[in-house]
Amino acid sequence: MPAEVLDARDIARALTRISHEILERNKGAGDLVLLGIPRRGVPLAHRIADRISAVEEYDVPVGSLDITMYRDDLRMKPARTLLPTEIPAGGIDGKVVVLVDDVLFSGRTIRAALDALSDVGRPRAVQLAVLVDRGHRELPIRADFVGKNLPTSLAERVSVRLAELEDDGSVDSVAIGVPAPATKGESA
Amino acid sequence: MKRHLLSAADLTRDDAELVLTTAAELRSLADRPIKKLPALRGRTVVNLFFEDSTRTRISFEAAAKRLSADVINFAAKGSSLSKGESLKDTALTLEAMGADAVVIRHSASGAPHRLAHSGWVRSSVVNAGDGTHEHPTQALLDAFTLWRHLGDSKPGGLEGRRVAIVGDVLHSRVARSNALLLQTLGAEVTLVGPPTLLPVGVENWGAETSYDLDAVLPKVDAVMMLRVQRERMQGGFFPTPREYSRRYGLDGRRMATLQDHTIVMHPGPMVRGMEITADVADSSRSVIVEQVTNGVAVRMAVLYLLLGGSESESNE
Repeated sequence: MPAEVLDARDIARALTRISHEILERNKGAGDLVLLGIPRRGVPLAHRIADRISAVEEYDVPVGSLDITMYRDDLRMKPARTLLPTEIPAGGIDGKVVVLVDDVLFSGRTIRAALDALSDVGRPRAVQLAVLVDRGHRELPIRADFVGKNLPTSLAERVSVRLAELEDDGSVDSVAIGVPAPATKGESA
Repeated sequence: MKRHLLSAADLTRDDAELVLTTAAELRSLADRPIKKLPALRGRTVVNLFFEDSTRTRISFEAAAKRLSADVINFAAKGSSLSKGESLKDTALTLEAMGADAVVIRHSASGAPHRLAHSGWVRSSVVNAGDGTHEHPTQALLDAFTLWRHLGDSKPGGLEGRRVAIVGDVLHSRVARSNALLLQTLGAEVTLVGPPTLLPVGVENWGAETSYDLDAVLPKVDAVMMLRVQRERMQGGFFPTPREYSRRYGLDGRRMATLQDHTIVMHPGPMVRGMEITADVADSSRSVIVEQVTNGVAVRMAVLYLLLGGSESESNE
């Protein structure tokens, strides 16, 4: 049985802190574009955008960036379903793009996202916000904004549930456990 | 998805809807400054065209290139094919060159099936039109166009929609593939044409048939006009072109009897004045140009789903 490490209120507090850190680092929301990495990065990006607009009274453009076709393990599994890419109308050229994802692990997803981003445009800067950093990086990549540093062993699985993506009415949670076959919501 | 795409009948409803949703994501690529994705980098796609084709070949070529595959075009004219080489020897050549996918158009029905199942090549085979048999990617792009206009781009969106396929059904591979695929997706298909241009055995297609275009038009959500393929006709299938277009051509008067949301499609190439008049082809109901745009996205989706993943597990 996976052990819960963050409950809904912990996640809400972490996202509020990340939102403030993004604003402090960038001295306001002027040039920001938030891009969530599907699936779970997208609702997180929207939640951060809501918090930023509540503070700044400015609507930050939010979008999503699918990295499926840029994965380095694309050939190792049957063809994966594509997920939506939605770039906000203003584009990303000259903007500060904050990539948002749920779990930072090997860093390979972010590597793919940086490649995908360069095919969309040329941002002035790219920053990374993640809800959980579980370590075990395989590439020289780090997050700028971290909700929770979570030391894990490689055998463990971190599963993130977000209310927006669950049909069964369950609430937000981050749990850690040993791998069960076909865990729903597992993330690597 | 199976390893080959030879017939629209190979696709289950889930497969077909996966192609449509994948194509919907890929279609947005056309609006981006860099129209390229790295998914098929290092893979080789051979376009093997034994029959003349402009739009299908260009569409497949654009699709493969946008996915970063290497494309080799093999046209019958000006190649060893015109010197009498057999399909088998051509296939062995392609195999020796390391083709990952072969897109084949052939005037003989069943040639893609032969290529796929003979053991000559290990690559995936995509049927780009064989004789009067099938043209599955055309059916997929037609279904995609219908799905965007009538189905809200949602799974199950074509359930219960009515589509009329009008004209030379007998010689049309597009009609057969569309009849199969659209019914898989839950649409109701009516085939309309003169008795001489409806094939023997059409009652087994599962679609309704009619000889009376005027009775069908007010009931349908989409009209697909077919070209009269005179190059395949030996003998008299109708008295005169004028009589054909009077009875089965779509003109402004007939268009006025359509429901407001009904769209007009044509797989191309059109013969204006024969099966469709210029004012209909250029009207706001016509989605003929959009069909071409959608063709690239749908063919990208097919190539990605056939080649994008691992070979071992997609071979099942």
